[in-house]
Amino acid sequence: MAAKIVVKDLSFSYNHQRVLSAVNLMVEADSILGIMGPAKSGKTTLLRIFNRLCDLIPHVRIEGEVFLDGENILRPGLNVDRLRKRVGMVFDKPVPLPRSIFENLAYGPRLHGIKDKKRLEELVERSLRLAQLWDEVKDRLNESAMKLSGGQQQRLCIARTLAMEPEVILLDEPTYGLDPISTLKIEQTLQSLKESYTIVLVSNNTWQVARTTDNVAFLLMGELIEYGSTHEIFTVPKDKRTDDYISGRFG
Amino acid sequence: MAKRINPLMLQRIVKAQLWSLTGFTIGILFFIIFFISIKGLPQITLEFLTSNPVDMGRSGGIFSTIVCTLYLIFVSLMIAMPLGVGAAIYLTEYTRESRLTHIIRFGTECLAGIPSIIMGLFGFAFFVMALGLGWSILSGGMTMSIMLLPTIIRTTEESIKAVPYELREVSFSLGVTRWQTVTKVVLPSALPGIVTGIVLGIARCIEETAVIIFTVGSSLRLPESFFDSGRTMAVHFYILAREGISMPNAYGTAAILILSILFINLSAYYLARQFLKKIC
Ligand SMILES: Nc1ncnc2c1ncn2[C@@H]1O[C@H](COP(=O)(O)OP(=O)(O)O)[C@@H](O)[C@H]1O
Ligand SMILES: [Mg+2]
Repeated sequence: MAAKIVVKDLSFSYNHQRVLSAVNLMVEADSILGIMGPAKSGKTTLLRIFNRLCDLIPHVRIEGEVFLDGENILRPGLNVDRLRKRVGMVFDKPVPLPRSIFENLAYGPRLHGIKDKKRLEELVERSLRLAQLWDEVKDRLNESAMKLSGGQQQRLCIARTLAMEPEVILLDEPTYGLDPISTLKIEQTLQSLKESYTIVLVSNNTWQVARTTDNVAFLLMGELIEYGSTHEIFTVPKDKRTDDYISGRFG
Repeated sequence: MAKRINPLMLQRIVKAQLWSLTGFTIGILFFIIFFISIKGLPQITLEFLTSNPVDMGRSGGIFSTIVCTLYLIFVSLMIAMPLGVGAAIYLTEYTRESRLTHIIRFGTECLAGIPSIIMGLFGFAFFVMALGLGWSILSGGMTMSIMLLPTIIRTTEESIKAVPYELREVSFSLGVTRWQTVTKVVLPSALPGIVTGIVLGIARCIEETAVIIFTVGSSLRLPESFFDSGRTMAVHFYILAREGISMPNAYGTAAILILSILFINLSAYYLARQFLKKIC
């Protein structure tokens, strides 16, 4: 399979505190890569390098290379706005914009030049259907997105990312703190999306990673301990620490 | 052993004290409004509002002073608003905290502390004399705009900072540029605070006297352009009362002053609430 993202010797520090050390991995196109590991392992940090959201934080230091379709996205002078349009992100806490449901979804596409009302409506409907939210909100698209439940808000955020028609979708613990039904719907959505999108899913939930991903990277204290197919990692992990982590014997 | 006061009792006493202090403050406000209204409202007729002062203000109305006040507000805000909001956006969204931002903030704080009589003198020396603009609404508007800047910058900055950081992250993560994020997400959410700053600015233009006398002058003629001198309502009231020209007309003017400030505050409050309701 083709590699969509290739990470080479990537190291990252905040204020001289090293958070990622020489990480090497690959994200295959049209598949789901799961990133798992205990809290503070650098999962969020790694994800935010893929769309250069890490640029917003002062005093950081990045070394190494990250290639998206062969282009180094860490090179100076890269147009980060264009990169972020291609690499969408869903955060661990759902953050609707203080607008209506429709306007949340239309926000990105409109600012990227889609003015045609009909086209926006189609885009909104398609994205909401993909995120399995359409049936619940189709009659109240003009109501404030703040009124939705937490699970609905997170699906709205996924739909909002999809409305940008990105190539890669990064999800940072998207089901953290959500009800089981929303969690299930999000996992189903991810399964259906991987046919045409490359997905990176950070999750604290080992079972979720086992259920939904094709490949897994296990991060521990900023080090990539193991990387391989989900089946392999969950049946014959090579490293003892991986074994300990997935069988829940981990502090 | 000292006798302890029952905490419940203490709670009641403190509560009563706080209530009476609050009541006292509000009482003073109502007393002033009441006093001015009793004396001033009978003077206010359509004729009073729409005719120009006659015989130094002994008779006639206050039309030219209303026009002058509106012109002054317009010029001051047209200068102070873009500058102030722009500076606040720059300070909050485009720079990180540094020595430079500290110096800029310190400068605006100092500007806020300059007594208005000094600002008036500066406006006179610089705009009226040095730039040769003479006593004019333009000179006054420019001087006033300098005085409004600190308030507008501060209120805008505070309200921009109150916009959750996550909203910006979301916007950036959708490939939206910083400037678009500022105009589409940050400023709309910060609008109530910005409006507050502007309302305070309008009120300041309405009530200011020292600066106006030095820079706009006190001509009673109806100003025809921003290069004309004029007399705002506050200055008119001041001169009428101080020189004992006409107490009834002074109170009439004062009543209009107070009513317009009340009206501006209430409508700004209402607008901000409507706006918040709409976006949330
Ligand atoms: N903005 C930041 N500034 C400084 N340190 C940070 C910042 N964000 C994260 N860190 C630190 O980086 C380490 C890894 O954090 P993170 O990437 O959030 O891990 P994870 O997502 O696996 O929990 C933690 O020790 C955390 O304290
Ligand atoms: Mg995290």
